[in-house]
Amino acid sequence: MTLGPGAVATPDGRAGAACHDLGQWVARRPGTPLVALIGNPNTGKTLLFNRLTGQNARVGNYPGVTVERRIGRGTLPGVGAVDILDVPGSYSLSARSAEEQVAIRSVLGWGTQAPDAVVLVVDANQLLRNLYLALQVRELGLPCVVAVNMIDEVHGAPPDMERLSALLCAPCVAVSARTRQGLDALSQAIEQALDHRPAAPPRIAYPAAVEADIQALQPLVHAAWQVEGHRARALALWALTSLDDEDELADIPPELRQAVADRHAAGRDLDQEIIGARYAFLDQQVGGLAGAPPRRTLTERLDAVLLHPVWGFAVFLGLMLVVFQALFSGADPFIGLIEGLVEAVAGLALAVLPGGLLTDLLVEGVIGGVGNVIVFLPQILLLFLFIGVLEDSGYMARAAYLMDRIMKAIGLHGRAFVPMLSGYACAVPAVMATRTMERQRDRLLTMMVVPLMSCSARLPVYTLVIAALFPPTRLFGALPLQGLMMTAMYLFSTAIALIAAAVLGRTVLKGRRVPLILELPPIRLPSPQSVLRLMWSRSKLFLTEAGTVILACTIALWALLSFPKLPEPGPQATEPEVAAWQAASLEHSMAGRLGKAIEPAIAPLGFDWKIGVGLIGAFAAREVFVSTMGLVYGVGEEVDEESTPLRERMRAEVRPDGSPRYTPLVGLSLMAFIALAAQCMSTLAAVKRETGGYRWPAFLFVYMTSLAWVVSLAIYQGGRLLGF
Amino acid sequence: MVARSPSLDRVEHLAEHLPLSLAELPLHQPARVLAVGGDRAFRRRLLELGLLPGTTVTVRNVAPLGDPLELELRGGRLSIRRAEAQRIQVER
Repeated sequence: MTLGPGAVATPDGRAGAACHDLGQWVARRPGTPLVALIGNPNTGKTLLFNRLTGQNARVGNYPGVTVERRIGRGTLPGVGAVDILDVPGSYSLSARSAEEQVAIRSVLGWGTQAPDAVVLVVDANQLLRNLYLALQVRELGLPCVVAVNMIDEVHGAPPDMERLSALLCAPCVAVSARTRQGLDALSQAIEQALDHRPAAPPRIAYPAAVEADIQALQPLVHAAWQVEGHRARALALWALTSLDDEDELADIPPELRQAVADRHAAGRDLDQEIIGARYAFLDQQVGGLAGAPPRRTLTERLDAVLLHPVWGFAVFLGLMLVVFQALFSGADPFIGLIEGLVEAVAGLALAVLPGGLLTDLLVEGVIGGVGNVIVFLPQILLLFLFIGVLEDSGYMARAAYLMDRIMKAIGLHGRAFVPMLSGYACAVPAVMATRTMERQRDRLLTMMVVPLMSCSARLPVYTLVIAALFPPTRLFGALPLQGLMMTAMYLFSTAIALIAAAVLGRTVLKGRRVPLILELPPIRLPSPQSVLRLMWSRSKLFLTEAGTVILACTIALWALLSFPKLPEPGPQATEPEVAAWQAASLEHSMAGRLGKAIEPAIAPLGFDWKIGVGLIGAFAAREVFVSTMGLVYGVGEEVDEESTPLRERMRAEVRPDGSPRYTPLVGLSLMAFIALAAQCMSTLAAVKRETGGYRWPAFLFVYMTSLAWVVSLAIYQGGRLLGF
Repeated sequence: MVARSPSLDRVEHLAEHLPLSLAELPLHQPARVLAVGGDRAFRRRLLELGLLPGTTVTVRNVAPLGDPLELELRGGRLSIRRAEAQRIQVER
């Protein structure tokens, strides 16, 4: 094998053998030490994180980017309490986007706490490629330990840790997060790394031109970040491979940027010179240690089926059907149970507490709000059970590999398939499922279109409108019109979601085209602990972060729909009198007034203020549209989409001129509006939680609602022009 | 049976050793990378993953719909899209 241009072997064959001994003892910084866990994707880093920490990871975002920052507290023998930071999987420290910059920010502590030690997680089966990142971290001169993970999956002789430690000038420990092998030795190595000055990094022989660049850039690096020695050298190399006139990196001084740009302008191929020299070092020093490529007999036998042109898609569709079925109907009994429980608690509160405003607030606002939050748990738990199993077994990467061609045509990531499919059940878990994609742009694009998929909460509205306004006739004597309408609504929402993805991906979310890099990890049995932990952590995040927003919105909506109040009817009031009072109260309330206020805006769609009130109520959840319409029309709140009085009442509703309010055309316009408008506070709350701010939920609300308005307008006005 | 002319053999020999793109490389045939092209960020990422000039690479698998391609290099595997593989020159 020849080496990249300019790559020269180190003069001494066994470079770094001298740096094997521990460095000088240093006192630790006061406080709980912080250890950063960094590694390539698919190195089992997250499982190792789970092994080293308890059940108490704190999850937040890195400032400025929607990249998840997870810190967990663990106890290591000999060290005591340690905070462990799970740095997102990265192939390299060099960066172009703010998102990629997270890796170097985490290990150096730019804008955040600097770690006291770094644990590099590498896959023993992909040693060479994984050690590239290790080499970069070593060059920075940070105290570090290399955890050679998945040692249990190595065929043949495992890599020689002694020699590897000598080459990298850092302790290397063979571990298996899966079998817990070597975790004690890893703890010991971390303890030593915390207490000793790190050894000098291995010396890589860069071409003379690169050495000259390093010398030239070091003063600029020193001025920018106040670093010297190894670190200034390493950061000069980082700048040479990272900076260009199109990067999106923060806090880079212009002089440094200019110095790098000058070298690129002079026609230098800095990337190949620097990366080539590092690989030349790895090939020469570590190449012999890496051993043969892993044998994957079982994986290859399974892949013959899973990636087969026919069977592969059959398995994929079968699995997706199971996921869909579980979310769509499998969660129903649990949702029913939760709803029954919330109702029972509300009933109990009503029976025990004296009537009045406070009780109303407690029952309809607080208890109802908590119910609105926990009702999502069954679907979230189920979806993350599937995602955990699919990810951990290695199948998700294969699904992305199979579907990439199709999803790429739409502009979505191959992994967007599962969230998109989940969107047919409910957008809330689907939005949370976008976490399986590494890139912010892919996650955002999926989050922006998932709420367009026709979720199960839209079903009752379609059912009501179709049953009330379309006759149960058969087209051509065979096809049931109502069933066709329902199917059409699903096709309509899917088509719009795909079009929206294509349009948004080329406009608002037109990021730099980042080509796909996919790894197909070996197929393994999923670890129940990892799956349970994923289910638990996602549910907890939803309850604490999205839940509070949903609770607040429920209380606000309750207030909108209840105030100002009309005097209550006496206890002798008959049922119709109570229903009439309810309708009058609603009209009198802020929501009623708001409905009237927006009437001019929705009249061109064929809607009146009563439908407007229904749409406001539907913000809590789309199916609430049905019960709000029950209230508006004075047929009581206890109606559902199958209820005849509500259908009759809708058919009887007339406009001021005496013509029916609800024509099939109004029905179409209404269904299109329900399908497209961002009528769901819980989805917006989930998007807020996932993007860490109000910017994207606000965009989602504005774009979906505008889209709904325009499409409904086109349907209603177009239909009228055509004479319907 | 007609004897093959020496010049035809020569042409075949040349064709087999002409540079081609990684996307054109037949399955399971090892080849040597000559040059990696493409947009800087992605090219850098490929170099960082060890796909450097001089590296031996094999196409292990092609997804059923023709994209992406699974590569084996330096004892590890990774998949990239055909569009990017077209920018990588190799020789057998």
